[in-house]
Amino acid sequence: MPDTIPVDSVGLVTPQVAHFDEPLVLACGQTLPNYQLIYETYGQLNADASNAVLICHALSGDHHAAGYHSMDDKKPGWWDTAIGPGKPIDTNTFFVISLNNLGGCCGSTGPTSVNPATGKVWGAEFPMVTVEDWVETQARLADRFGIQQFAAIVGGSLGGMQVLEWSIRYPDRLRGAAIIASAPKLSTQNIAFNEVARQSIRRDPEFHDGNYQSHDTIPTNGLGLARMLGHITYLSDDSMGNKFGRQMRHDTYQYNYEVEFEVESYLRYQGEAFTKRFDANTYMLMTKALDYFDPAAREGGDLAKVLSKAQCEFLLVSFTTDWRFSPERSEEIVDALIRSGKHVSYTKIEAIEGHDAFLFPIPRYMAALRGFLGRAAKHLSKENA
Amino acid sequence: MRADLELISDWVAPNTRVLDLGCGNGALLSHLSEHKNVTGYGLEIDAENINICIEKGIPVLEQDIDEGLKNFDDQGFDVVIMAHALQQFRRPDLLLDEMLRIGKEAIITFPNFGHWRNRVHLGIKGHMPVSEFLPYNWYDTPNIHFCTFKDFRDLCQSKGLKVQRWAAVDGQLRDHWWTRLMPNLFSETAIFKVSR
Repeated sequence: MPDTIPVDSVGLVTPQVAHFDEPLVLACGQTLPNYQLIYETYGQLNADASNAVLICHALSGDHHAAGYHSMDDKKPGWWDTAIGPGKPIDTNTFFVISLNNLGGCCGSTGPTSVNPATGKVWGAEFPMVTVEDWVETQARLADRFGIQQFAAIVGGSLGGMQVLEWSIRYPDRLRGAAIIASAPKLSTQNIAFNEVARQSIRRDPEFHDGNYQSHDTIPTNGLGLARMLGHITYLSDDSMGNKFGRQMRHDTYQYNYEVEFEVESYLRYQGEAFTKRFDANTYMLMTKALDYFDPAAREGGDLAKVLSKAQCEFLLVSFTTDWRFSPERSEEIVDALIRSGKHVSYTKIEAIEGHDAFLFPIPRYMAALRGFLGRAAKHLSKENA
Repeated sequence: MRADLELISDWVAPNTRVLDLGCGNGALLSHLSEHKNVTGYGLEIDAENINICIEKGIPVLEQDIDEGLKNFDDQGFDVVIMAHALQQFRRPDLLLDEMLRIGKEAIITFPNFGHWRNRVHLGIKGHMPVSEFLPYNWYDTPNIHFCTFKDFRDLCQSKGLKVQRWAAVDGQLRDHWWTRLMPNLFSETAIFKVSR
């Protein structure tokens, strides 16, 4: 709980909701007749709507990226370290939009919403959504603000995939693309991890084929297990080792299956905490969106060819100990951008935190982000001069 | 801008695609893009330099050249440049091959170890040369493969490379009749443009 709001915080924010009645044809073939998106904004949109920055969230992220909802909040938004007055994504300069993606469980239409056709909660019936669908809805949200072109679009992990998709799908609607700890498509191993996560949810007897809400229950065991697995892959061996080592609860081995090592307790806690804030169906949808994303497939696997449409400047960032989205995966995007002659910079940040590093305020990383966005800011001042 | 960079930029044709190996703070690429409409990328591993390039909007890639350049296509660039760094790599000869695989031409600058002052240091004083220009001790120098003007020319010859242009200049990158006449003895910096 903040006693006072820090000076470099965007302060107290209130989420907004945008309703859309234009039907949305999804990549899976189904159509959503209407939907809503919950979002937050930080900073002021300028007169010609040229200073907007869009934040794309990752697997378990949401619209609450910066600031506090109330003075009772224990923690600020998930990327408060990067967004705020004077921070790398400087709200003194930029108008920042952060939304909860379609299919989410934090206020945007998703499996926990009511299906207008049946009057019942969507649950498992909610259609599959893809990165492409998200970009489409984000573009519609931008239209609401009269934002023709974003100064920059920024995202890490699954968020980075959305940024990449933007650069291909709407090349003239962004000037800068910051793609952090991401990949042009999931590796086999990544899909495999996602499948284990999904299976652990689906095999939970409380899952009821995704219609657990109508059974008034939650597949906490399955979802918690999925999160435990995910969590391990977001950390590095070293960061877990540093944090817990072989620390024990007791001085001697208990020779049972209760918590003995601290890391066990940590994972159980993380898994359980997650089930209180996240919906299992949404988790399943998000993992499928990850699995399906593969823009190069549109051109027979030639990523450079797909990216030849892009017009923006790119910043790619990876982290040395990230093995879920390893530096090599970012470099695949970099190489394709070089091949197609695009303006790209790439930096590989020394970090111990594994994939999670993209959420940490690592000085070199923050400086790179600040420098990249500073370019977009200069462009603004030139325009307004 | 460093004088050798200015000299190099005179050797790069307008509207070309350039790869600058060890681009530092991006001064050369920035100059080339502003004055010659040149596009390209710089490779760099120094964190501070990388962030300066990002700030300036110079496309920079964090990549260790010693770990290879395999990610670059054959003949994907018009010119591959390496200013004052060739002597710092594990295998300068193989690197030169790589530069000419990636680029149609390569421009290389390096400190000429054959310069008379170095010879005095080594030949008379009996010490490895330490100067304002080469400020390192033998044990902490990044310059692990010093060569002379003649050595490099011989390497090009043995590889069957065409030396399209060369310059032999003093510490201030000035060209004199004596540096031209006896480059191996009088030039502090050697500059070569080579192709296959």
